[in-house]
Amino acid sequence: MEHIRTPKVEQVKLLDRFSNKSVTGTLHLTATHLIFVESNSTSAQEIWILHHHIASVEKLSLTTSGCPLLIQCRNFRLVHFVIPRERDCHDIYSSLLRLLRPVSYDELYAFSYNPKQNDQQREEGWQLIDLAAEFERMGVPCDQWQLTDVNREYKVCKTYPRDLYVPITASKPIIVGSSKFRSKGRFPVLTYFYQEKKAAVCRCSQPLSGFSARCLEDEHMLQAISKANHNSRYIYVMDTRPKLNALANRAAGKGYENEDNYSNIRFQFVGIENIHVMRGSLQKLLEVVGTRSLSMTDYLVGLENSGWLRHIKAIMDAAIFLAKAVTVEGASVLVHCSDGWDRTAQVCALGSLLMDPYYRTIKGFMVLIEKDWISFGHKFADRCDQLNIDPKEVSPIFTQFLECVWQLTEQFPQAFEFSEWFLIQIHEHVHSCQFGNFLGNSQRQREDLQLKERTYSLWAHLLNEKQNYLNPVYSPSFAESHPVLEPSTQAYHFKFWRNMYHQYDRSMHPRQSILKHVLTLKDSNRELEGTVQALKTKLQKFGVRTSPLKPQTPPRERSIAPRPQSLILGAPLLSRKEVQQEEDEEVFGEEAREDAPASTGGERTVEGSSATENGYGEVMGSFGSKNEPGVVTLEFGVARMSC
Amino acid sequence: MELSEHIKTANVEDVTLRRPFHPALRGTLCVTSHHLLFSNRKDEASWQLLILLKNIDAIEKRAVGSSGTITIKCKDLLVLQLEIPGMEECLNIASSIEALSSLESVTEMYPFFYRPSHLTLLGPWGLSTTEQYYKQTERLWDRWRVSKVNSDYSVCPSYPSAVIVPREVDDDKLIRSARFRQGGRFPVLSYCHHSNGMVIMRSSQPLTGANKKRCKEDELLLQAVIDGSELGYIIDLRSAQQAQQARMTGGGFESKSCYRHWKRIHRHHERGKVVQESLIKLVEACSDLSHSVDRWLSKLENSKWLSHVHSALSTAGLVVECVERDGHSVLVHGSEGTDNTLLVSSLAQIILDPASRTVTGFLCLLEREWIQAGHPFQQRCAHSAYSHARLKQECPSFLLLLDCVWQVWRQFPLALEFSEALLLRLAQEVYASNYGTFLCNSEQERCAAGVKENTHCLFQSMLKPDIEEQYLNPLYEPTDLAIWPSVHPQSLQLWTGMFLRWTEYAQNMEEAREEVWSIVKEHRERV
Repeated sequence: MEHIRTPKVEQVKLLDRFSNKSVTGTLHLTATHLIFVESNSTSAQEIWILHHHIASVEKLSLTTSGCPLLIQCRNFRLVHFVIPRERDCHDIYSSLLRLLRPVSYDELYAFSYNPKQNDQQREEGWQLIDLAAEFERMGVPCDQWQLTDVNREYKVCKTYPRDLYVPITASKPIIVGSSKFRSKGRFPVLTYFYQEKKAAVCRCSQPLSGFSARCLEDEHMLQAISKANHNSRYIYVMDTRPKLNALANRAAGKGYENEDNYSNIRFQFVGIENIHVMRGSLQKLLEVVGTRSLSMTDYLVGLENSGWLRHIKAIMDAAIFLAKAVTVEGASVLVHCSDGWDRTAQVCALGSLLMDPYYRTIKGFMVLIEKDWISFGHKFADRCDQLNIDPKEVSPIFTQFLECVWQLTEQFPQAFEFSEWFLIQIHEHVHSCQFGNFLGNSQRQREDLQLKERTYSLWAHLLNEKQNYLNPVYSPSFAESHPVLEPSTQAYHFKFWRNMYHQYDRSMHPRQSILKHVLTLKDSNRELEGTVQALKTKLQKFGVRTSPLKPQTPPRERSIAPRPQSLILGAPLLSRKEVQQEEDEEVFGEEAREDAPASTGGERTVEGSSATENGYGEVMGSFGSKNEPGVVTLEFGVARMSC
Repeated sequence: MELSEHIKTANVEDVTLRRPFHPALRGTLCVTSHHLLFSNRKDEASWQLLILLKNIDAIEKRAVGSSGTITIKCKDLLVLQLEIPGMEECLNIASSIEALSSLESVTEMYPFFYRPSHLTLLGPWGLSTTEQYYKQTERLWDRWRVSKVNSDYSVCPSYPSAVIVPREVDDDKLIRSARFRQGGRFPVLSYCHHSNGMVIMRSSQPLTGANKKRCKEDELLLQAVIDGSELGYIIDLRSAQQAQQARMTGGGFESKSCYRHWKRIHRHHERGKVVQESLIKLVEACSDLSHSVDRWLSKLENSKWLSHVHSALSTAGLVVECVERDGHSVLVHGSEGTDNTLLVSSLAQIILDPASRTVTGFLCLLEREWIQAGHPFQQRCAHSAYSHARLKQECPSFLLLLDCVWQVWRQFPLALEFSEALLLRLAQEVYASNYGTFLCNSEQERCAAGVKENTHCLFQSMLKPDIEEQYLNPLYEPTDLAIWPSVHPQSLQLWTGMFLRWTEYAQNMEEAREEVWSIVKEHRERV
């Protein structure tokens, strides 16, 4: 709190990003959030911005109306305040500068966040995801694969988890030898086992081969992986980097596997660019889509020039290659990049998701992230800039993974139990530092931080509000008929993910959402069923027979009214709307509703849908508030209970 | 020359048909005066493919040894391949198709021969007339009247016989105003807003010419439209510069000094050939599957199709803003007033008027604003995206409208009573149809050709209860409010259901849609 000089500033203007509209309100600065409360009492909009979400704060030069403060967030929100007095602006600015650069993990929100749960509930939250059980689900350990305790003390590889699965024939000396020949000691280990063909997906980092070095243990290791799969004589080694990058690494004593030294490997470059290219690409993309009155031409040209969708496709192509090798050829695949924690995580996770319907469920997706990203040491702290250490380490690697999954949900609307809001919410929390899951760079570091004792798990929180993230058209039978997804990689399938990159720009959103509407219908179906059941039991209590009150219309009646549309368009409509509104409130519950003011009655007409903001422009004069169909709430927002 | 004289070879056996998403089939090919018929009787159940020859946009023939291959590119974007044994048969078939698919005489076209047993030629043709529309719209009765000044189509050849104009303007003034407007398209009422009585008018450009001619009656007519209120907007669908240039060729715009109460806003819209070429480029980009992401985006951009969608929706939004928010009347025109003008005025109505968002309402809107209003369908839809013929007056204005409506539906999936299926059907029918609805270029021509007496009406047939059902949007919930679409480029998308429908097998989407249907049905039953 000592960093906050001015906790409250009144008469602050919030400018809309894409129009000339603005609202006036009060700005509050707390230890964890920057809060803007609109003064207009009827539609008091509130904006809560977690300090950890702020990527940059910029004070622009003074204007006649005040001092502008531009805040860019990691969840792609951009807010533009105008603060009447320069001194206040400066105070807020300098406080924020300090607050958004925590110097130690202890300062992160997760360590002060308290959702009013007791220790037992917290522990249960952390136990929800059990990776040992996950490997068991895949059928590991088995006659070919075993758990090794070689990394129990994090001695062989600091960035790997304690529990690792390796081929039975890989002895400890082989493992240790191989690890010495691999960047950061990340030797080949199992990450996914495709039981049907006994084919394994393994991951590691690049070999320290330089121009000619070789390592017998490492060659044995790959041999062991190959031997563990009787279905195929060879294994694929996928180097997910562009060939040029791999070649350049040789000069630094690193590099890639020489096919002459390893027996029966099929070596393959995939060509996913490195973290710096990805960072630059996203930056370009955001610049383009953040332009005011963007023309269609500039948008499409900018989208192309950013290269973003090309990179997304490269990751998807690699995952498809992996899934095909495993499921069609029955071959095991070893995936690596340089250090084996960025591109490797993307490809392994996405590939597994293509192969295994379990990962397309809510719980399964959590397991997948826990396994391939958290436990195998994707450097969340560095990539998401949790402690502002090195801007060159920041990169949207995980965001790209989520986007690839979204692209798949667009192609396979029935294959995923969750909707895009689940992905967006995870993205939100990867940066919020509100839960312990993503803090730090490795399992070891997380243990040192005692996260399980001192913070809460995001997964428990998400499972609690699961109904917000359901995909109403999810069909488990689709999973049965399509165990392996075979997405098309035609260029036109790669679309701009508007709801991710413009989550907070309401004027861009579709005004009505099929997803939400169908979810509401489904909920209401369930509730009606419940009501009928309750009435039945009540009646039974009074000894009344219930047979005439069956919920379904008997077929005879239906044949009398063959066109139910007319019924719907007629009288029941009103009551349906009411039902829907009640549903809204129930679904989102107390906390989410706070976050999403647009779902409450007063805010139903949302700024986003006004004509000026839609960009038709030009007509002058100020207009009063205008009626609009109930606008969809897209913003579930981050929980912000303690301030 | 009889149609049948074009047919040298009517039947060929052992033809192989290749089409998207299906295995190749062998069967018999048959050419008739209006159709290409392929039938396959190998299995128990015979299967037939019937293609209207008018639907064929281009054919390419290639010789492979003694047999030939004909590639047929349809106006609805479908591409088929026929392998025909025997070079001579192949050439005969190809020349028959070429001749019969480009018939110019309206009365020889298939709608004049289409006689299904479930339809009758008796009874009124079409859904509504100007008079009926006037009768139904009580808001108009006070200040507006139906004028029959054009009953013999002499005042404006492309207008219907009856139009709605301000009550205080007599027919003489209309005639004079018509002389001052290109093609005689004087300002007429297109829509009257239910909540505030403000109107959308449409016309063609005024013929002010290089020496700034004036027309008192035209000025009075527009004055009568705003009736004492101090402001109206003229949305000119050309850039200010283009409008200036139009004066050199006799056209022009309403100058501020002459139309004092009207404020002119210029919005540039591409027209004619440019838009047709966009369609060609877009379809070409969509049918090449070898593109990298970058190349695809570049080709999509280069086609400019989405830019046209963007401008049409933006300008429609602007019109709606004037009418609904600003509370002023609007006159929309470009040059001829038969393309972009209709596009913008009808889109504005979809956004403003809940009545035009029902199946019936939408079809009535199309009938009123496109067919009766004289969009030259025959000229505009003579060819679609594949034809190599030199472009004459082709322009996919109507397809652009359907795309824009699709965009609105994407953003307001509950607000329209109809579904994408309706839009797709219309996109197909407008180029080749069994029905007479889209024949000819104006009411006058339709009258002369006897379209109403000798063909069936598409819209009527689509509204038959059992047919209409397939076009319904299960999620429809009527709203009285204006539905303003977002026109940020990020909010607009390629209409994949149209442009990729033969490229991408959308089974997953189809199943998901069915699932939505079943949830809705379950809900209805429970409620």
